[in-house]
Amino acid sequence: MKRTNGVKVAGSLILMMGLFGLPALAQVDLAGEWNPRFHEDQPERIPGPDIGDYLGLPITDAARLRADSWDASLLTLPEHQCKPHPSDYGMRGPANTRWSKEVDRDTQQTIAWHTHMSWQAPERTIWMDGRPHPPDYAAHTWQGFSTGTWEGNMLTITTTHLKNGWIRRNGIPRSEKATVTEHIFRNGDYMTWMVVINDPVYLTEPFVRTTDFVLDLQQVIAPYPCESVVEVERPLGVVPHHLPGNNTFLTEFPTKYKLPTEAARGGAETMYPEYKTKVAGMMKNPNTAVK
Amino acid sequence: MQLKFIKAAAAVGVLFSAGGLLMLAQQQQDFSKVEERVIRVQGFGPLGGAPPTQVYMMVGAGGNTTVQVGKDGVLLVDTQFAPMADKMLAEIKKLTDKPLRNIINTHAHGDHTGGNETLSKAGNLIVGGNFAGQVAANSPAPIFAHENTLNWMNKPPAAGQPALPFGALPTDTYFTDSKDLYFNGEAVQLIHPHNAHTDGDTIVYFRRSDVISAGDLFTPGGFPNADIARGGSINGVIAALNRIIELTVPADKQEGGTYVIPGHGHLCDEADVVEYRDMATILRDRFQDAVKKGMTLDQVKAAKLTRDYDPLYAANQGQIDRFVENTYKSLSDKK
Repeated sequence: MKRTNGVKVAGSLILMMGLFGLPALAQVDLAGEWNPRFHEDQPERIPGPDIGDYLGLPITDAARLRADSWDASLLTLPEHQCKPHPSDYGMRGPANTRWSKEVDRDTQQTIAWHTHMSWQAPERTIWMDGRPHPPDYAAHTWQGFSTGTWEGNMLTITTTHLKNGWIRRNGIPRSEKATVTEHIFRNGDYMTWMVVINDPVYLTEPFVRTTDFVLDLQQVIAPYPCESVVEVERPLGVVPHHLPGNNTFLTEFPTKYKLPTEAARGGAETMYPEYKTKVAGMMKNPNTAVK
Repeated sequence: MQLKFIKAAAAVGVLFSAGGLLMLAQQQQDFSKVEERVIRVQGFGPLGGAPPTQVYMMVGAGGNTTVQVGKDGVLLVDTQFAPMADKMLAEIKKLTDKPLRNIINTHAHGDHTGGNETLSKAGNLIVGGNFAGQVAANSPAPIFAHENTLNWMNKPPAAGQPALPFGALPTDTYFTDSKDLYFNGEAVQLIHPHNAHTDGDTIVYFRRSDVISAGDLFTPGGFPNADIARGGSINGVIAALNRIIELTVPADKQEGGTYVIPGHGHLCDEADVVEYRDMATILRDRFQDAVKKGMTLDQVKAAKLTRDYDPLYAANQGQIDRFVENTYKSLSDKK
């Protein structure tokens, strides 16, 4: 008798799940057109960061020197002109995004999520079918190799096999040895995209940032063809850069914002709220402000 | 565990790409535990009723091997360390039952040429004319290389070391800037960059498959490795990298298109070569500036001119020192 009741209850539950389409494992539908919000970090994300602004980044000395050497003219080289942002940076720029899912017809399980972004039109796949990441000798790509799992209603993505990329568009590098973890939260018509970068080469601790999006039913992402051209005639093989100690632009940022030079140089300490107190102290005693 | 070993083997190859040190590296490795791994790169076809042509990258111990497979048979670029040859043959047999017809050496170092003799003997020369029946059956596959590569491999061995057997030496050499082959339905260009990793380098360009096999002038896991003693130079490496960038065409958004199989390390495309060329050029310019200022090697070492790239391209201080010394010497020598 009890067993019969149990079967009935189970049957009813299955029926209800079928009727109301309850998602397994509390998955959330991310499919749709998403418009990036720029209420945070707009000056860095759209016009671009100042040269020499490394504030709030947990970077190593190696990353600092690479950024000090970086010359924006590098981007005029034809072979640099059509690079898309890597997948751990793409959402920071003009990132009107389409999320779509690939569903297995028979099982109705989501095999993969796909994203398409506006700037340079990168396409990305996030595999949801449990497949392993490729061996280390496989090719690295701008979007990397991503796998995802649901943790409650949060999609967690792990990405490896990224090409060498950047954390900030002023030369702060992110190495191809990095592993990136992302957490995607949807709250109604809003989505928060959290990126956690672990880079054993250029970061001293994980770097975390979030970017917000709003659902946009009218959004139509335009194509983004890219053709590289010779913008500046140079002898073959010239790579624009600054020799160590020769980049005169590095002082512009702290001067412009009346910041201690040391603060502009970044480092893990500059990420945390307590650093404000230290900066205030430096401002009172300018002699300690220059490293 | 196995991947770690492969990484270690690759690192050893990058580090010890010079005569005696390479031999030491070979002696220190336990090849019995290394497996060959194969990854498909790209190809084309099928051509009519013939099987398609595909290019693969084979990763074992030593440098990467490029394997082109098609209707005519198998073409190899580089042959890793000698003890890996039988395992390489076993993997090739999984790809095709066609004979091994051609081997190309990108340069002379033992981690790229060690399997020459065994693999060549396992292959078969294509012979024409009325004496074909007499020689074809027992003729090993030809080994192509730049003439200087043959000269280095044919040098009198170091004291206590045996000379390379005749069957391990290149059989078809060229001394011009390029040599053309046609195999498996596509042009295969052998391009000689001057004084790059060595003075006998060959870049192999599979034109229809759109794959380049670069040899050790491109090692994305390690600093550029100019073997000064064998005619290499940092400026030659950079010129060769720029030549590869001229040959490669990315498919879309600076990705894919032409693939590049490096001497050591993971499969790459143009953007990876560009990143590496940028690094090599930036560091060369810093060293050049130091040399112009009259800095000594010790002063250059103390200045740590490579410190922003060290954690990306060197596993230890020895690898950094080797790059610094080679680059300084390469730029200081007045020739």
